[in-house]
Amino acid sequence: MGKKGGPWAVALVSMVLGLMLAVQFKVQHNIQNPLSFERSEEISVMLQQAEQERDLLRTEVTTLRQQLSDGAKGQQTDQGMQDALLQSQIMAGTVAVKGPGIRLVLDDSKAPRQPGEDPNLFILHDDDLLKVINELRAAGAEAISVNGQRLVARSEIRCAGPTISINNTRTAPPVEILAVGDPTTLENSLRMRGGVLDQLSFWKIDIRLTKPQEVTIPAYSGPLQFLYAKPVTDQGGAGK
Amino acid sequence: MIWLSFLGLAAGLAVGILLPVALPVVYARYLSIALLAALDSVFGGLRAGLEGNFDNVVFVSGFFGNAMLAAALTYIGDRLGVELYYAALFALGYRMFLNLGAIRRHLLRFWPNFDRWKVGKKPETEKGKSTTV
Repeated sequence: MGKKGGPWAVALVSMVLGLMLAVQFKVQHNIQNPLSFERSEEISVMLQQAEQERDLLRTEVTTLRQQLSDGAKGQQTDQGMQDALLQSQIMAGTVAVKGPGIRLVLDDSKAPRQPGEDPNLFILHDDDLLKVINELRAAGAEAISVNGQRLVARSEIRCAGPTISINNTRTAPPVEILAVGDPTTLENSLRMRGGVLDQLSFWKIDIRLTKPQEVTIPAYSGPLQFLYAKPVTDQGGAGK
Repeated sequence: MIWLSFLGLAAGLAVGILLPVALPVVYARYLSIALLAALDSVFGGLRAGLEGNFDNVVFVSGFFGNAMLAAALTYIGDRLGVELYYAALFALGYRMFLNLGAIRRHLLRFWPNFDRWKVGKKPETEKGKSTTV
């Protein structure tokens, strides 16, 4: 066949052709069978297992805490000690509390959207929730829970895709906020003109605020482990 | 000669499969059109070989040149918002079928008693028939 250049040119060309074919086959294979599909199934199974494990550990935490408070009672320690323990438990959110307060239910706007309007504005977001919580705390709420999740010092309120993550638990609107505190003060602080509920009602966010005789706020059910934070015992070192 | 090209093809396939090179999906379009141009060149070369006017320089330059040109045209088309990809696809696909038709006709000449099916016609000659499908 060849006239000039020798047969090596043809060999080179066919080698390049083979290389291109192989790479193209691989690319096409990757497009048709994306790895992520198998992987996502695998990951969802892992998530399920982890969640089961978490639920198991959660019940264990509850029983252990119960044992701890029973032990404290049984030892007949002095009254001041027990009061201090109870107070710090309330502060840490490890015991359920009840008392007068408010119940606020927020839900996505059900108003008909005009074309061209950003639907994002009519959805309850994590920052809306944060503003409400902030306002409640400023008004002296003593304990707050959101959809059954007790807010403690380490709680987060964070956007998690279409849901909101609180205490690393995903929740979605409608959101029920319970707060123990002076009901009138709490309500007034929320309903302030130009305040947080005023802003939310502008976007027709569904707001239902009631003042029940008694609200019960559940205990924090997550783990309370401190891996990094260590108490400072040396008084002089506290300011450093 | 034939064996050398098959050997090259096998070597290229082996290298391509064994190398852990994954082309990003973004560039898959360009490789696919370049591959089409390369295949077209190969069939063109095969046909030229059967017709007896194969030229190594023309073949090699056509192989690489067409492949790169096709990929470059597709790239420019993507940048300009004109789907030059399809222009190259149609042109190369059309030419490939022309070449394949010509190759088939040439190969049929080797078939014993090919002339028998043709009533009152002489067997095809090499010249002048190559462009008909």
